[in-house]
Amino acid sequence: MMGMEFVSLSLVPMLIGICVAIACALPGNFLILRGQALIGDAISHVVLPGIVVGFLVAGTVSSTVMMLGAAAAAVLSMVAIETIRRLGRIEAGAAMGVVFTTMFALGVLLLEQADTSGVHLDVEHALYGNLEGLIWLDAIGWDSLLDPVALAGLPAELPRMVLVLLVIVAFTVILWRPLAMMSFDEGHARTLGLRTTALSAALVILSAVAAVAAFDAVGSIIVIAMFICPPAAARLMTNRLGSQVLVSVVIAALTAVVGYVLAGYGPLWIGQTASVSAAGMIATVSGVALALAAIWGPHRRRVR
Amino acid sequence: MLSDALLLQLGYNATLVTLGAMMLGLSAGVAGTFLFLRKRALVSDAISHATLPGIALAFLVMVALGGDGRSLPGLLVGAVGSAGLGLAAVSFLSNRTRLGEDTAIGSVLSVFFGFGIVLLTVVQSVGQGQQAGLEGFLLGSTAGMLRGDATLIALSAGLTFAVILLMRRPLTLAAFDPGFAEVAGHNPRRSEAILMAVVLAVTVVGLKIVGLILIVALLIIPPVAARFWSEQSDRVLLIAGLIGGVSGYVGAAISAIAPDLPTGPIIVLSCFGLFALSFLLAPQRGVLAMALRHIRFRREVHLQQGLLAIAQGQPIYESLTRRLLIREGLIRADGVATPEGRAEASRRLRDVARWREIRNDPALEREAALYDGLTNIETVLTPDQLDALDARLSPQAEIG
Repeated sequence: MMGMEFVSLSLVPMLIGICVAIACALPGNFLILRGQALIGDAISHVVLPGIVVGFLVAGTVSSTVMMLGAAAAAVLSMVAIETIRRLGRIEAGAAMGVVFTTMFALGVLLLEQADTSGVHLDVEHALYGNLEGLIWLDAIGWDSLLDPVALAGLPAELPRMVLVLLVIVAFTVILWRPLAMMSFDEGHARTLGLRTTALSAALVILSAVAAVAAFDAVGSIIVIAMFICPPAAARLMTNRLGSQVLVSVVIAALTAVVGYVLAGYGPLWIGQTASVSAAGMIATVSGVALALAAIWGPHRRRVR
Repeated sequence: MLSDALLLQLGYNATLVTLGAMMLGLSAGVAGTFLFLRKRALVSDAISHATLPGIALAFLVMVALGGDGRSLPGLLVGAVGSAGLGLAAVSFLSNRTRLGEDTAIGSVLSVFFGFGIVLLTVVQSVGQGQQAGLEGFLLGSTAGMLRGDATLIALSAGLTFAVILLMRRPLTLAAFDPGFAEVAGHNPRRSEAILMAVVLAVTVVGLKIVGLILIVALLIIPPVAARFWSEQSDRVLLIAGLIGGVSGYVGAAISAIAPDLPTGPIIVLSCFGLFALSFLLAPQRGVLAMALRHIRFRREVHLQQGLLAIAQGQPIYESLTRRLLIREGLIRADGVATPEGRAEASRRLRDVARWREIRNDPALEREAALYDGLTNIETVLTPDQLDALDARLSPQAEIG
């Protein structure tokens, strides 16, 4: 289990899972403090029509075009939500509900109309992805990690996810103080001269980048779970933002590993033959982590 | 083809499903309005996603007991069970911990759905050879529905609607003024529980028609659309019900003639069409009406300022003001005021003086509150009052 088979079958999905989990959990920390926890949910629904249109334009499953489509759809939805909220004087949650359900419905309809029979693009894929399918065929053991020929055959999702993760880590580290200030007291941050509008837009855009990059590899459900569950669990464990973010990163990475292992090998341990969905299992494990924190977490109560 | 479907000419089952979808839309529109008024629209998203593990578990249990896993009543019982659990988890997280309701909704939604997906893969491996067909619950599929299932859906949609009608008053009271509702003898916890039960019923009934991912649209879009048409809760409820009902009916009818298309998205898109119409065309709050109001307001401001400038002998440079004044025949193209323009200008200047007097007079405090620079003074004071006001103004005018 720890030899060649592990490297080619499990190493890459596990690494991608860890990258996705951390890339989503980092911005999630600030989103839940700002009451925008459902943005991950909204983004992962609205990008579907963009991805389908990107596919129809390109004619193949081309990541670049589909990413552009997803970005366009996300921007369009954000504009639509703001328009409905401002012009219609409708509460933000409801405006979001109108837009993301409509966009998702549009995406599903486009998907059913388009001829996607030859490619792995369908609603189920969009929802729970295919993490297990990202195998590294060229790997023949741990030595392959140093072999340029084998490395060239790595699934393209891994370097992309690593890049996105690096960008997000850089953003969080560089803008740590403004982000922290904005998350707790936006009015105070503004009086100090911080450009909070630009900063919160940057936060949302970065979350969208994380969601879209992850969406392709692991589907939307794990993205939504990782935006919320690890930061929420960490929030119940500590009162300091710094330790909250660190704890959420640890929880996210652990969740990804434990979820993947349980999905792949868990059924074998209880005598089943087939494995279960890794994306679903990772989401489930993150829920267990949150449940434990909600029951026993040292700072689970509201400060009065 | 479409006319056949809309006129219910496609057979008994399709008719039942279409009527069921209409009733579901009605119930969802009305129930959603209560959620919307309480700003809790997205709770329904958590409830609907939380049905999935229940459905899959019910299937596994029924297969393990040697029955047919696809029996709809059994699956719906499972859905109710896990959705109830999800609802309890949302309220535990948002009431008993420091996490906000949006965080609670998002975590319950994703975790329950993720666990549901895990169970679905188990179902796929257990039911080898036997197509479970549980995917239909994700996006709704009404094609080829069994007679008994169609009847069950139509009946429970009707029942849900009846409960909503009976509970209309306590629910409205609790949405607007929980304190008053309590004093009036309605237990707020009970209204809350009834509302959540109704939303749960709508969600579960809608599983087969709209699917669990999109049922939340039927609870959110109709109230938001209806809100544009009226400021009165009774009417918003009625209109939301109508919008939901029409989109359910039309969506189910369209999907009856295009069985390859999942029903849910069609219903949601019909619903969004009605929303877009409301957003643009509603008489008071619609975007078009607002734009027209804005243009009229701007015109009034420019005319007023232009006329005051004429009265005080100042030149007018602003191009929109000049255009408006020329179009009204108040100045000539070279900027010189016409006789009508001078007359109107001196009237406006007099009214400015009158308003100043009103605002200085404590006895006219209530009238002074109406001052906004544009209101016609003759709509505020009676002719007698105006004469008295002018009498006070004239000596000063002579001195000045």
